[in-house]
Amino acid sequence: MNPFNYSAEQLQAAALDVRRDIITMLVEAKSGHTGGPLSCTDFATALSFRILNHKPSEPHWADRDFLFYSIGHVTPVNYSLLAECGYFPLKDLMTFRKLNSRLQGHPHRLDTPGIEVSSGSLGQGLSIACGVAKGSSIDKHPRRVFCVMGDGELQEGSCWEAIMFAGHYHLDKLGVIIDYNKRQIDGEVPKIMDIAPLADKWQAFNWHVLEIDGHDIQQILAAYDEMLHYQGKPTVIIAHTTMGKGVSFMEGKSEWHGKPPTMEQGEQALQELGTTYDEWSSRLLAG
Amino acid sequence: MLKELTKLEMKKTREGFGHALVELGEKDERIVVLAADVTDSVNAGFFARRFPERFIQMGIAEQNMAAVATGLSLIGKIPFYSTYSVFSTCRCMDQIRISICYSNANVKVCGAHGGISVGPDGATHQAMEDIAMMRSLPNMKVIVPCDYWQSKRATMAAAYIDGPVFLRFGREAVPTLTDESTPFEFGKGVVLHDGGDAAIIACGVMVYEALVASEVLGKQGIDCRVINLHTIKPIDRELIIRTARECGAIVTAEEHQVYGGMGSAVAEVLVSHVPVPQEFVAVMDRFGQSGQPDELLRAFGLKSEDIVVAVKRVLKRK
Ligand SMILES: Cc1ncc(C[n+]2csc(CCOP(=O)(O)OP(=O)(O)O)c2C)c(N)n1
Ligand SMILES: [Mg+2]
Repeated sequence: MNPFNYSAEQLQAAALDVRRDIITMLVEAKSGHTGGPLSCTDFATALSFRILNHKPSEPHWADRDFLFYSIGHVTPVNYSLLAECGYFPLKDLMTFRKLNSRLQGHPHRLDTPGIEVSSGSLGQGLSIACGVAKGSSIDKHPRRVFCVMGDGELQEGSCWEAIMFAGHYHLDKLGVIIDYNKRQIDGEVPKIMDIAPLADKWQAFNWHVLEIDGHDIQQILAAYDEMLHYQGKPTVIIAHTTMGKGVSFMEGKSEWHGKPPTMEQGEQALQELGTTYDEWSSRLLAG
Repeated sequence: MLKELTKLEMKKTREGFGHALVELGEKDERIVVLAADVTDSVNAGFFARRFPERFIQMGIAEQNMAAVATGLSLIGKIPFYSTYSVFSTCRCMDQIRISICYSNANVKVCGAHGGISVGPDGATHQAMEDIAMMRSLPNMKVIVPCDYWQSKRATMAAAYIDGPVFLRFGREAVPTLTDESTPFEFGKGVVLHDGGDAAIIACGVMVYEALVASEVLGKQGIDCRVINLHTIKPIDRELIIRTARECGAIVTAEEHQVYGGMGSAVAEVLVSHVPVPQEFVAVMDRFGQSGQPDELLRAFGLKSEDIVVAVKRVLKRK
């Protein structure tokens, strides 16, 4: 059971808070990734507040589901959700990327409650998720394993080793969500190194494939519901998203992959998100 | 304690590994074994046949294997993943670095076919950089056992050493220097022969060559201490320092590149504590080649004769 079990409306409100956290912590950190975290926000919020069976007060609870962000660089959304769920205080978000912070630029298992494994080198997360899923099937344990992957990340060959493994072993407790924002550092994914047709590729590797608008909460919830009930194959949700979603001047721009907003840009972004830097940083520092 | 060197039983280190896995599997449900299409050549097949439900065939996908092992460790399993050492280390170095070591995941990285003695398969299959790579990673421990029994014992021990461990085995049968009752103490070098003129510190198959060398030197009146340094990381600092003080000259011998291997690890201790002269018997910055194991050891300067020469050289600098 998810301890929050939010409704669609509550999830949308929580996603807005997460976007505010992301912008605020990045302004404070003066470095980090903006675009990917904002494109993941909607489906990631739904995972943490509706789908994932977890206990924030007991991060190592043995019967928990596992969630991996194979795209380690989306720490802003990952950390915001952990803090909003209660794994650690909200004020920690304001230490992101600073010396001696437990919120490293890329996730470190030994530093941060709720981080299952260290990551930041693309193309490893799904393999690790496969290990948890395969081990759980050996134990006949019902735990679910979720893995968030990037579209650019899928250019890494090792991803396909893991996709083949999960299909071969019918790991139906394993689910992948692809942040298909069609952007990566050097530009547009189809121009850099096309990964299309994505659905056909995963199907050919023996996966159950769903394709949704990754910002439509109803479609997100329907896809998770199908993922949780589908048997015999692992499920992948290809979530069509927009890099930088929610901030007009960032949307669809690959230049926002890896840079933070300046204070001025941050104010503008937060205004679009219905708050101010002062208001939101005060909320974080008080939490 | 030492038997006559010419009459030793010949056994494979990788078989000690395979037998240990079965024994571990019998007493501990958490043990799982992964292999990548060379299951029987690394002797993981013993386990695969005994515990098929806890054996995971990975296909030829070593990067996936290293990270799948990480995932298994996260739910309390004790995974041993195995293939030829070139592939279990070099091929998936980044997975070992980030997923395994940075996470301090409880994964046992197992490499069969370490060193030049792999033989006719040639350079591609002769792991000679694996010790250097593995020992450079924080949290990783490195063990290179010298014979069948030590391989078995070290494998058993590795299961209960918390965090990542790299175990390196060889392909060929090698003289059995220890026996069923010889203890294995992780992190502690073993003095096999005492002596005060110089010390030979060796690991793996080179331990046997070192003993032969010390016998030859003994007949010439040079009394050499011989140490089996099976654990390269964490290194037995105390023993190395004491040995340097007492012997005043060191020769290291390993089936590995001279840069970054066990000899380098010993040198790091010596230079900062007791800077006595050291000579390296190792592969001198070149790739291997095809040939019979013994021919190759000879061609690459890794035989007892080479150790004898190195000891005489180091004594001149003492
Ligand atoms: C193995 C590896 N190579 C390169 C990088 C550098 N890098 C970090 S994110 C990224 C782009 C990833 O693209 P995508 O998965 O689409 O994420 P998005 O840009 O959409 O956030 C790259 C190349 C890395 N972290 N790991
Ligand atoms: Mg992308």
